[in-house]
Amino acid sequence: MLSLNKIAKCLLSNSRTFQTSAVLKHDTMFNHRDTKEDNLDIKFEFSDENKKRIDAILAIYPEGHKRAAMIPLLDLAQRQHGWLPISAMHKVADVLDLPKMRVYEVATFYTMFMRKPTGKYHLQVCTTTPCWLRGSDDVISCLKKKLDIGVGETSKDGQWTLSEVECLGACVNAPMMQVNDDYFEDLTTKDVESIIDDLKNGKTPTPGPRSSRYASEPMDGLTSLKEEPYGPGFKVRPDL
Amino acid sequence: MNGSALVRSNLVVKGHGGAIGLPSLAFKNVLQTRQNTTAAAPPPELKASYGNLSDSDRIFTNLYGRHDWQLKGALKRGDWYKTKEILIKGTDYIINEVKTSGLRGRGGAGFPTGMKWSFMNKPSDGRPKYLVVNADEGEPGTCKDREIMRHDPHKLIEGCLVAGRAMGACAAYIYIRGEFYNEASNLQQAICEAYQAGLIGKNACNSGYDFDVFVHRGAGAYICGEETALIESLEGKQGKPRLKPPFPADVGVFGCPTTVSNVETVAVAPTICRRGGAWFLGLGRPRNSGTKLFNISGHVNNPCTVEEEMSIPLKELIERHAGGIIGGWDNLLAVIPGGSSTPLIPKHVCETAIMDFDGLVAAQTSLGTAALIVMNKQTDIVKAIARLIMFYKHESCGQCTPCREGINWMNKIMYRFVDGQAQSSEIDMLWEISKQIEGHTICALGDGAAWPVQGLIRHFRPELECRMKKYQEQNEKQALSN
Repeated sequence: MLSLNKIAKCLLSNSRTFQTSAVLKHDTMFNHRDTKEDNLDIKFEFSDENKKRIDAILAIYPEGHKRAAMIPLLDLAQRQHGWLPISAMHKVADVLDLPKMRVYEVATFYTMFMRKPTGKYHLQVCTTTPCWLRGSDDVISCLKKKLDIGVGETSKDGQWTLSEVECLGACVNAPMMQVNDDYFEDLTTKDVESIIDDLKNGKTPTPGPRSSRYASEPMDGLTSLKEEPYGPGFKVRPDL
Repeated sequence: MNGSALVRSNLVVKGHGGAIGLPSLAFKNVLQTRQNTTAAAPPPELKASYGNLSDSDRIFTNLYGRHDWQLKGALKRGDWYKTKEILIKGTDYIINEVKTSGLRGRGGAGFPTGMKWSFMNKPSDGRPKYLVVNADEGEPGTCKDREIMRHDPHKLIEGCLVAGRAMGACAAYIYIRGEFYNEASNLQQAICEAYQAGLIGKNACNSGYDFDVFVHRGAGAYICGEETALIESLEGKQGKPRLKPPFPADVGVFGCPTTVSNVETVAVAPTICRRGGAWFLGLGRPRNSGTKLFNISGHVNNPCTVEEEMSIPLKELIERHAGGIIGGWDNLLAVIPGGSSTPLIPKHVCETAIMDFDGLVAAQTSLGTAALIVMNKQTDIVKAIARLIMFYKHESCGQCTPCREGINWMNKIMYRFVDGQAQSSEIDMLWEISKQIEGHTICALGDGAAWPVQGLIRHFRPELECRMKKYQEQNEKQALSN
């Protein structure tokens, strides 16, 4: 007799079923589940330094639109805690005088909010077409091998999280990865290994292109902007 | 996405609907427009050749970060020169110069900037007005605004002031994508310098005009590059596009009149005002004037960002600045000419394609953000496009059913096509799905996802069919051997 499990498996594996809506639309789960690290008993409080930052953030939005500070505040909470636990969301709701739901909505919508424990180094590898064309698959497989974790996983020592992300906007410097806030560009597998080794040894690798260039200029020498830039008043219309 | 790449262009020409299944015919068919505009006649060529811009005509003189990006360096390169005089000349002067220059929005849709800014000059009802700068650059292939913000931030800040004056705005919010942390910090530092030097803030540049500039960081959502989604996100909500009307110029951010402009559009405004709109108009073909930042990525020898004259031939752009295709020009397979949302063009179209709005519409694609993704003959073209569809599936906000469900379907079909695990009749089915998504959603993300697929079917149908045949033969062989 077929078990229910088998039937379900059979249905799910058939890629041409009429029911095509995916159950899971997002990489991560929307729902909150109490875990050891993330539950309501763990309190979250902004540090004094960050409280000053909150005042500065709130100051740039007009009267009555405190809510606009939602994303900056969630980001601040995440930077303080390393990731975004539910109690931090509640704290942000408190600061902004909003129902908690309004904060949940935003925290689940944006991909930069990590709602589960994330490693000290969050490695985000861009795998969208421009980077893929230049070999982002090699970067991913090199990282997997080097750190012995899969995509979306965090290493047991809590040091590393590996993510595949969509375009990070450094396409002419492909392939690239982002380690926390810094972009590492023009990567080869050798560069990836040396970056990880540096981080493991407590050194700070230099961000930016790992090739010979400084930014996004052509590698084999400049084709434009070879002259000194023109100064003030250059060709300014006389009637101004 | 560079945001406005998602603004629905009313100038994109589509192949005639009847061309389903006969993609090669689409070229000869009468071009049908998306909305009520008709395909314009090609603009007259006033110069013998376009391109090879001289350094003295380049606007972004610190594109590569080889000079000081801070205020001192910016002043040396001529930023903030006579800004006071420009501000004092007033709204009409600035809008007139921008109109004369023929500047079209650099974020993808190519709407005439002067006209857009003039929408803000309705009689005031007391509400403050805002300028919002779209720096949520995330369209695959596009990385031009990043260079402006980290290496030439003062051009952008001065642009905010000039554009803000043109529309009578009280403040500018620069919405920068969250991943650009270092870029945002350069920008913030430049803003602080400008405040300290009295260039912005109360009585900006001593012109008697008060103007603030703020940076707001996003948190990773491509859809927030769409102007109304960006406004929602700026208000602290989910980035889900709003229905228009009301247009942002009536009800925008915080319920006030707002104009959303791309970074590049705003950053070129001061130079246009200083050197005169006529100078800008003299570059590129009529209706496509000016200079533009091009990003050349993918299979070229020297991927780079470069400022060039509009209307430069595609081939010349790649050969001159990107060092040619890997494996030589004959090794070229296809180019996506304007960021991931635009349909690809195969080699024989690339030979003659001209990099401007009209030139690429004539090639059944679009200039978009002018980000070329080059693919040579070693590329698995079906997988390249399938990966783009996966991107759109990931980034769909989920508001409109055709986009949320349809892109998911397209993604599944595309990945089966990669292996050839499909019937050839499914190609038409995929075309049909893409047509059902296109134009049936609130914002243009659905269109942007449909077009790459349509481009692939239009130009690479034989390749798709060949894969299916191969897969079938292999399967039969295996069945026999079993």
